[in-house]
Amino acid sequence: MSTAPPPSALDLENPLSEGLERQPVHPTSLVIFGATGDLAHRKLLPALYNLAHEGAMPERFELVGVGRRGQEHADFRQATVESIERFCRRRPDKGVLEGLLSDIRYVQGSFDEEHVYAELAQTLAHFDERAGQPLNRVFYLSTAPQFFPLIAQQLGAAGLNEAEDAEVRIVIEKPFGYDLASARQLNAQLLEVFDEPQIFRIDHYLGKETVQNLMAMRFANALFEPVWNRNYIDHVQITAAEDIGIEGRAGYYEGAGALRDLVQNHMLQLLALLAMEPPTAFDADRLRDEKLKVLEAIVPPEVQDVPAMAVRAQYGPGVVGGERVPGYRQEEGVAPDSRTPTYAALKLHVSNWRWAGVPFYLRTGKRLARKLTEIAVVLRPVPHLALQSSGSVGIQANQIVFTLQPDEGVSVSIGAKIPGSRMRIRPVNMEFRYGTSFLSESPEAYERLILDVMRGDATLFTRNDEIEALWGIIDPVLEAWDDDTVSSIAQYAAGSSGPEDAAELTEEDSRMWRRL
Amino acid sequence: MAAAVSDDVWAEQNTTPDAIEAALRELLRRRHAVNENLAPARVLNMVVIVDRQWKGEIANRLERAGRYHASRTVLCAVEDGRDKLDAVATVSYEEPGGGRIGVMREQVEIDVGPEHVGGLQTIVDPVLVSELPTIAWSPHGHEQAVEVLLPLIDVMLIDSDDPRDPVEAFARAQELCDRVYVVDLAWLRTTPWRERLAAAFDLPQRLAALSHAIELEVRHQGGSAASGLLLTGWLASRLHWEREPLAVEGRGDLTGTVERDQDEIAVRLRTAVQESPGLAGVTVTCTRGTSLSLQRGVGGLDAHEELLDGSSRDWKIVGASRGEGGILGEGIRQALLRDPTYGPALGAARELCPV
Repeated sequence: MSTAPPPSALDLENPLSEGLERQPVHPTSLVIFGATGDLAHRKLLPALYNLAHEGAMPERFELVGVGRRGQEHADFRQATVESIERFCRRRPDKGVLEGLLSDIRYVQGSFDEEHVYAELAQTLAHFDERAGQPLNRVFYLSTAPQFFPLIAQQLGAAGLNEAEDAEVRIVIEKPFGYDLASARQLNAQLLEVFDEPQIFRIDHYLGKETVQNLMAMRFANALFEPVWNRNYIDHVQITAAEDIGIEGRAGYYEGAGALRDLVQNHMLQLLALLAMEPPTAFDADRLRDEKLKVLEAIVPPEVQDVPAMAVRAQYGPGVVGGERVPGYRQEEGVAPDSRTPTYAALKLHVSNWRWAGVPFYLRTGKRLARKLTEIAVVLRPVPHLALQSSGSVGIQANQIVFTLQPDEGVSVSIGAKIPGSRMRIRPVNMEFRYGTSFLSESPEAYERLILDVMRGDATLFTRNDEIEALWGIIDPVLEAWDDDTVSSIAQYAAGSSGPEDAAELTEEDSRMWRRL
Repeated sequence: MAAAVSDDVWAEQNTTPDAIEAALRELLRRRHAVNENLAPARVLNMVVIVDRQWKGEIANRLERAGRYHASRTVLCAVEDGRDKLDAVATVSYEEPGGGRIGVMREQVEIDVGPEHVGGLQTIVDPVLVSELPTIAWSPHGHEQAVEVLLPLIDVMLIDSDDPRDPVEAFARAQELCDRVYVVDLAWLRTTPWRERLAAAFDLPQRLAALSHAIELEVRHQGGSAASGLLLTGWLASRLHWEREPLAVEGRGDLTGTVERDQDEIAVRLRTAVQESPGLAGVTVTCTRGTSLSLQRGVGGLDAHEELLDGSSRDWKIVGASRGEGGILGEGIRQALLRDPTYGPALGAARELCPV
């Protein structure tokens, strides 16, 4: 017979969870506000199905949709089935689908109507009673941003912002605020009802494997960290190029523009992850503390300095994929004299010991030559090159490129000798691609993030001070562009690499953008 | 619709390992020259040793492993009377679209004779991608081949449910564990059950009740006694239950007791009528009248809880069945991970085996 056990083992933690890839998730009711919307049907509901398919859901999981459209539970269920069948990355299993959606509920009403929250409270209480335990509650606000404070307030008024013996969390989709003042106001409104640890401000870019791999590359490899500073890095380029236009979202885009749409959130988050110091531990607050330090080290420009560090433009008519496409001002729902930028490029500096003097160039735009999201870290050239000889195509500084779209991966460009009798060098790439190096495919970002919310892990979500720091960087640029109602907005041909003005941003520093 | 898979094939009779390796390199080089967006997968080597007459069946099983394919699979088919090596090398790929990267996977089938088995490592080694981890699987035995390959490999894939006697299967698993990392398909058949039990007992009140468990029943398909014992062994090792051999009862059922703090816990492993291998259900009875039962059902596990007041609750824990193809795929994936709980569970399962 084996030896006697340590009797205290059960008192410490769940002894059954050790070694499991899928750690237990507390039973949860998930409420999606805006459940009939595009995001819910294209992303959230398919992500929930994938989690269910893989057995990653809590042992008890209840789903409630809230929306203004009048429909019955069965209608919502049917619409959910159709969305999952259409947008899911795998063919749904009928049994799993039936199990997941067997008691899906729909609460109909405007978000300002008290009866919505009363009905919601009743439904959630019913789920708790049926489970014989209070389920954690997640309120996912997949609505237009103007409803965020209203829904939060109504949840508070109905007493749904807290629950006895259960966690209550609220997920806020982007955009979080319109500028610094509105972000501060929204933070204050949310914090009147919820505590900061309850609030999960989502940025789905942070759920992408490559984004998390930025940290793995930096902090799990001795190879990169020694050169990760101003002594070896010449500059950094962050690109988020889209080949599509606004896809019928003129209502949103006219009010947002390129800077709010991508730079303020995704791209600055990428910059922060790339430039931050190693956190002492990979937990939510340690990580976000380090990101915040980087963001606070980016000195916001004075309004009068904006033209020298920022470029805006709009796409005009052009050819994409062999087809003629209209310019932004010709898109349906866009004002013919719209000044909303569909392209933005910035030059930023992180004013700290590690990065002083290293420019960070950011650019994003719609209707560009191709879809590409990447971070390129360009190293300084070698100080002396004895190898170069005539006939060489030239030496390129080493580049470490993290690609997020269309394929997730990392490449390192190095100089290598061209085969032959002469010592001629040209750049070649060492590539790491997820598809070739791992057996499993990356889960959708929303799958990871929804699971993190249910687990209560806020590591990949944006904290209140962080969001204000992000807006603090962008605000002067927005202000300068809003104040300037006279100068014309540069146009670039749809399908091109962007406006010429953007090239000047790098060329004046004797650098150039990477090719799209 | 999934893109069509294309194959580039090379074959040679009376060949050599060097020729096979050179052919693979040439196939990859040519295909990459045609489409530079195609790159070879570089994750894992897999060596499979099979009886020649069952080669097709094993190839089909590997095909059904889903998305978890080794990047280079070397299938050695042992054929009586053969004294020459014949080989077929195949590079498979889907043409990527839209500037994306496509992955090429390589498969080599080598027909070997009994005389080759003693030196199989000299045939296999040159054909492996040297910097990658290597997993080996020998579903038809071929212990001699396994023995000579062990120094080459990092992971041995086994299925303790395969031999009729779990005692023998576990002894072999333990022997292998002492030499390489072992991935046991019988263990992987218990994964969803272990995850669900861990989740079920994650709730504080249930976790507290678990320390007063009085009875455990594990139901398994007739051919999956090893899975049943491994699940029981896992619970016993995690919960520090003191083990004694179970007794055979009836038609292969096992019964007995384990102890925790001098309290007895009745343990019963029952065979259940079920088409697919693996477990059929688990019931943990914590105090008289309270129990939690998980039963295999459509679209997941059916949970049933009996409460102290005599009431009960039923619900569904959703999750798709992976099927045997998925289990094998998971076994391949697990070659790149390390599970610290298998060893203790195996040790406990051995102690529970009938004497």
